[in-house]
Amino acid sequence: MITQDDDVVDRDGAGKRRLSRRNFIAASTGLAGSLVAGRAAADSLADVPPREVGADLSGRSERSQYVKISRIPEATPGKRNIDPSDAINSKTPLDKLFGSITPSDLHYERSHSGVPDLDPAKHRLLVHGMVKKPLVFNVEDLKAMPSISRTVFIECTGNGWENWKKADPDLTVQNTHGLVSTNEWTGVPLKFIVDLIGKERDSNWMLAEGGDAAGVARSIPLTDEILNEAFIAYGQNGEPLRPAHGFPMRLVMPGFEGNLNIKWLRRLKFGDRPWMTRWETARYTQLQADGKAEQFQLRMDTNSVITSPSGTMVIKPGYQRITGLAWSGHGKITRVEISTDGAKTWQDAQLNSPALPKAQSRFQMDWVWDGKPTKIVSRSTDDKGNLQPDRKSFIAVTGSNALFHYNAQQTWSIDETGRVRNVLD
Amino acid sequence: MSSTSKTLFAAAFALALASPVLATDFGRPATPDEIALWDIDVRPDGKGLPAGSGTVAHGKEIFADNCAVCHGDNGVGGIKDRLAGGQGTLASNAPVKTVGSYWPYATTLFDYIHRAMPYQAPGSLSNDDTYAVAAYILSLNGILPADGKLDRDSLPKIKMPNRDGFVPDPHFDPAKLFEKK
Repeated sequence: MITQDDDVVDRDGAGKRRLSRRNFIAASTGLAGSLVAGRAAADSLADVPPREVGADLSGRSERSQYVKISRIPEATPGKRNIDPSDAINSKTPLDKLFGSITPSDLHYERSHSGVPDLDPAKHRLLVHGMVKKPLVFNVEDLKAMPSISRTVFIECTGNGWENWKKADPDLTVQNTHGLVSTNEWTGVPLKFIVDLIGKERDSNWMLAEGGDAAGVARSIPLTDEILNEAFIAYGQNGEPLRPAHGFPMRLVMPGFEGNLNIKWLRRLKFGDRPWMTRWETARYTQLQADGKAEQFQLRMDTNSVITSPSGTMVIKPGYQRITGLAWSGHGKITRVEISTDGAKTWQDAQLNSPALPKAQSRFQMDWVWDGKPTKIVSRSTDDKGNLQPDRKSFIAVTGSNALFHYNAQQTWSIDETGRVRNVLD
Repeated sequence: MSSTSKTLFAAAFALALASPVLATDFGRPATPDEIALWDIDVRPDGKGLPAGSGTVAHGKEIFADNCAVCHGDNGVGGIKDRLAGGQGTLASNAPVKTVGSYWPYATTLFDYIHRAMPYQAPGSLSNDDTYAVAAYILSLNGILPADGKLDRDSLPKIKMPNRDGFVPDPHFDPAKLFEKK
């Protein structure tokens, strides 16, 4: 925020001046096209249309005709503007959202064989394997059980994959980071189901399988953390799940790979070892520089991205509000730092409340752009002490073939015309 | 109500409240027959593989009819995943991940074809046809000879070229995660 008094505030304790009214005006004066000058010259209240009686009340609120906002269906890195039938994911418009909750219809989507149209009256969940009592549940059974609600991010392991090898300068943050979203999910703790079926002692792995055509299936290790936090959700942001997100029931695995959050859940099988399905061998494994692949890298790492200003936006010299989102599969975001000089110096951003564990957290910082070319970048730290890596160190460790689990810092470059572009670092 | 039955009722009620789960209230038992309908997963040790068998030669016919339109005539050059070749490319700047160059277990091939392929009609291949297609794809990669054949005994014994190409995340290593202390 712009401070309202004339005192220079030293907020970061490093002697670096933060914005005050006096230096804000100094920064604005003489810079052509600054926001304040533009606004002052633009309009009169006389130009605002008069009040009038509006549309009839309706059964459902639609977005304003003036709001143009949607996901973008895409395929593998570099494959955009494709026919929807060739899309493998659909990305969230991070640059057009506020706060930390993603509207249900804009939550990113990754589906492996289309979105099935499941009738909840006919849908069943089979729980079996190394258990004392194999059981079948329907949606009403789940709704009758004790429920929890939790706000968590879900992130596709492919998020960020556009930037492994090169940076297309024309990408928006929706293109680079739109495969992560945060919703409030409601459902039954996995532990409750495990108690009902009586898991055998050596049964430490669980195969979760979807009711989509491909029957996507992943082996999940039943660690204490997962047993305590995983749940079977039927609610999404206060309403039944949307079909694209698993209606009528899905697994939610806070902090773990998106594809473990099995949608259209129809089977849980307990066993004493992983099944080595296609998705945990051929697909969601990370090829390293030496040709070996990392397997069962299940947790989503510490991450952040500036959503404004971001790719393809054009800014004017003067005051800017830098804002973005940070998240970590390890826990809670405790700190976000922003550099406006290409990662030479860093300042703490303000972290909005509430910063929930394993959920996206909104951050912001004020900045006056002097009109000279520069680069802006964010980095996050979580409550386990993990710091989001810079790209050079990240690539030095992982190589550039991994395809999944990209969490390097995102740099946006700004040229002398104010145009913001995606760059590697 | 007699005082005895009152006491019994109160005791039963207290028990019900104290019990963490009222197990009988949720769901219904799954019968072995219906479990068999859905129990399709196959593990690397062969557990879950059904009876039946298929030859490379038969698999070539099934592949031409059901798979080639997406994966190309010989598992190469189609609009969807390439299935053959790529061995020796994994450490290059342009790795080619195929069944032959990347997949660590042949059992996964059976499981995946059986559950998810062909894309438009998953689950439509018989067990014999699934063995046959798996055999054909392995032959395209030089893993089975042209006169090769697969069944539930031979499939788990195949050692895939990239079997040792995977390193588990140390935090979720299946070999160590649940080791008894």
